Amino acid sequence: MIKANNLHKTYHLGETLVTALAGLDIAIDAGEMVAITGPSGSGKSTLMHILGCLDTPDEGKYVLAGDDVSSLSKDRLAVIRNQKIGFVFQSFNLLPRISALENVELPLLYAGNKEASAVATQALETVGLSDRMAHEPNQLSGGQRQRVAVARAIVTNPAIILADEPIGNLDTKTGDEILSLFQELNANGRTIILVTHDSHVSSYCGRQIHIRDGKVEEGY
Amino acid sequence: MLLWTIIKVALKSLLANKLRTLLAMLGIIIGVGAVISMLALGAGAKKQIMERITAMGTNLLVVRPGGERRGGVRSGSRESLTIKDAQAIISTIDGIAAVSPLVRGRAQVTYYNENVNTTISGAALTYFDIRNFEIDKGRGLTANEEKRTSRVAILGANTAELLFKNQNPIDEHIRIKNVNFKVVGVLKPKGDQGWFNPDEIVVVPYPTAMKQLFGQAHLNEIDIKAAPDANLKRVEDDISKLLRKRHRIIDDAENDFHVRNQAEIIDMASTFTRTFTILLGGIASISLIVGGIGIMNIMLVTVTERTREIGIRKAIGAKDRDILRQFLLESILISAIGGLLGIVTGFAAAIALKEFTNFQTVIETSSIVLSLSVSTSVGIFFGYYPALRAARLDPITALRYE
Repeated sequence: MIKANNLHKTYHLGETLVTALAGLDIAIDAGEMVAITGPSGSGKSTLMHILGCLDTPDEGKYVLAGDDVSSLSKDRLAVIRNQKIGFVFQSFNLLPRISALENVELPLLYAGNKEASAVATQALETVGLSDRMAHEPNQLSGGQRQRVAVARAIVTNPAIILADEPIGNLDTKTGDEILSLFQELNANGRTIILVTHDSHVSSYCGRQIHIRDGKVEEGY
Repeated sequence: MLLWTIIKVALKSLLANKLRTLLAMLGIIIGVGAVISMLALGAGAKKQIMERITAMGTNLLVVRPGGERRGGVRSGSRESLTIKDAQAIISTIDGIAAVSPLVRGRAQVTYYNENVNTTISGAALTYFDIRNFEIDKGRGLTANEEKRTSRVAILGANTAELLFKNQNPIDEHIRIKNVNFKVVGVLKPKGDQGWFNPDEIVVVPYPTAMKQLFGQAHLNEIDIKAAPDANLKRVEDDISKLLRKRHRIIDDAENDFHVRNQAEIIDMASTFTRTFTILLGGIASISLIVGGIGIMNIMLVTVTERTREIGIRKAIGAKDRDILRQFLLESILISAIGGLLGIVTGFAAAIALKEFTNFQTVIETSSIVLSLSVSTSVGIFFGYYPALRAARLDPITALRYE
């Protein structure tokens, strides 16, 4: 599903040049549930941004679901993000003042889907929130918000779901529920990548990829 | 994204910040309101002036002594017009309904201890018809009075009011330059024309004025009413030719008289009112631009505030142009709704001006169309830069924004 070779990325941080990725190789198969772990500064976030098509590598090749996406235009990347990637963030990142259903509909609206409402309703049912669809995010608990976010991530039926510290803002019990939800989705055939530094989270995953100094640490 | 969805999103975010939206709109409301009411004032002034010019007489031609004005100086004699010229015009030129010789001068008019200094017009009995005067009380002049140099007078409405208050002036005697005149009629008021108030005149037969009041053999003016179907330009040319011949002006020498027709006067007045309207409208449009800058300011704040929202939208697949459209539509909505409210305000201001001052106001459809399209363009123009900034935000930076 994901095949990336020799990814390089450097940033200017003021005067200094920071190497975030130094020739990183990564491969993830369809149907896997993978944890990407690593200490802060390891290049984990940069990798997530590139895998999520929010950013492009300076060098290297990234093939997502058969498409080379290493050097696409901003508009093409937006379409890839819309159709092939579902994001789940630590801080939920739902839009305030619109209902859960409208939040989940949003990716479909950008895709021009005319049955957005029906498809979004189904996604909310999958995450077990069919009774909270009309609520706005600030009327929902943290766990419920993250479920809405998961519903939004799966609503376009993407190739991968990319979750960045998905339970970082949740208590243990709620966090475990969300992780179970991810496992459930994985059991139904979805490819899931969790970016985390929490070993409890990575224990839910079938495989762990450890990043250090911009490279995959072998034999971890 | 479908247009209707974008409009819904934009409306929602405008409603979420009602006070701010209203303040941003206020600039446009005031701007459009000012443009509408100022243009209404200009159109009203035009209408008023045109009405008064028409009140001076229709199909009117006026011959005055002295050539065309050149650098403020008229060439030729000031005493070139005679009664015989007036008679020649009516007897030889086709397409003329009436002619009245006119002598004019200022004089003291007294009635017992009331007195007023005003313009005395010595005219023929046709004068009232030519100049669209209507008789309010009594009667006009008669042919007999003209022939016999009778000492009779017809008073303008204001003059009658000043001299006689509520008393009936008919058959009373007034003194003009210490000569006794019998009042035989009073004219209906026509309204001040700015440079000349026709309601302040006193009309006497022209032979009486020439011989007994001003002692002059020349005329100050010949007023001519062309026939309704006559070609004013042709009549004007014929008069010119006739008078040149009568005054023995050779070849390319300049006229010692000039002919004005009403079309020229209307032309002059429209030039004046157009300038007036452009001036007022121009000043008002400045406030529209200021309103546009207000919108830009608010939109820049909004974009900064909603950086994270923009990041989220981009992460889930919004293209740059989706974001651009969304924010542009917000500023267009502010300016278009502001424009509509501004039209209402402008209407109210125009009606208030009409009711509480003596200005005339006329709201023209064109001014509504103009100000709506200008205000919407203002929204597009001043909303574009903030929207572009939103569209160009880097999704990663935007997502991290606190």
